[in-house]
Amino acid sequence: MKEAHEYEKDLASIRSMMERSAKFISLSGLSGVLAGVYALIGAVAAYFVAHYPISAFDYRQYSINERDTFFKLLMIAASVLVASLTTGILLSNKKAKKHGLKFWTPASQRLFINLAIPLVSGGILILIMLFTGHFGLAAPASLIFYGLALIQASSNTFDEIRYLGFSEIILGLISAAVPGYGLIFWALGFGVLHIVYGGIMYNKYDK
Amino acid sequence: MKNPFENLDKVLEHRIRLQIMSILVANDGYEFNALKDILGISDGNLASNIKALEREKYITVSKSFIDRKPNTKYKISERGRNAFKKHLDALEAVLKQQK
Repeated sequence: MKEAHEYEKDLASIRSMMERSAKFISLSGLSGVLAGVYALIGAVAAYFVAHYPISAFDYRQYSINERDTFFKLLMIAASVLVASLTTGILLSNKKAKKHGLKFWTPASQRLFINLAIPLVSGGILILIMLFTGHFGLAAPASLIFYGLALIQASSNTFDEIRYLGFSEIILGLISAAVPGYGLIFWALGFGVLHIVYGGIMYNKYDK
Repeated sequence: MKNPFENLDKVLEHRIRLQIMSILVANDGYEFNALKDILGISDGNLASNIKALEREKYITVSKSFIDRKPNTKYKISERGRNAFKKHLDALEAVLKQQK
């Protein structure tokens, strides 16, 4: 028969194994902050491409009709996405190594699949909207689909991701109700929210 | 009062087996190599403990090939899930009694 503290250790190991096997705990909070910074830089660049010289807070009446402008915006968005993903993967990989864990685990695989399903379907929908000239709802749709992807993925990582997801969806819905301010909401959702939640996660889990 | 120690599962009193069961309860199947990584134990150690759980029919095995490499995946059985739950309850009772 085992000692009492051995049984307590048993219970503790059950809890830790259930958590560690199902959740990707190497997700880097710092990479969230950096993704937010990239998004803000992207938003400023987009402002100068599409808005300037009108103030970013003013309603923009004309739509993006020049092909040149459209492709520049698409390039900015793609660069922000690639830079954020690369940073996220690199920093999370580093964090996993630091804790003696693997980056590519069943939990992280599930996280990526769960993220990818709403992201890819939303991304394709948004591209279709853009190429058929429906620019107005592109920014709100990207926020809403991103929020859904985060909520879907949150069961495999930290709880903060779930709240970030809800915040993105709420922001996306408000943005859909006030057309013309897409860029501002986009900067709030992908820039400010990432910095806020990334900072919270950095403080809580990265140190 | 009944002795709560009697309800403890002899097979699951072993720490590594208990950990394997914890992982399988929380996940819909887990591969041999992934189990090895997370538990940080040798092939032989993991294999012998898995054998013990298989013998009790607590887990089921499915073998397949991914990119021509053999891939062995384990799942918890209904019987295993019940046994795990019963063992957890017994652990709780044991600890409560000792407080």
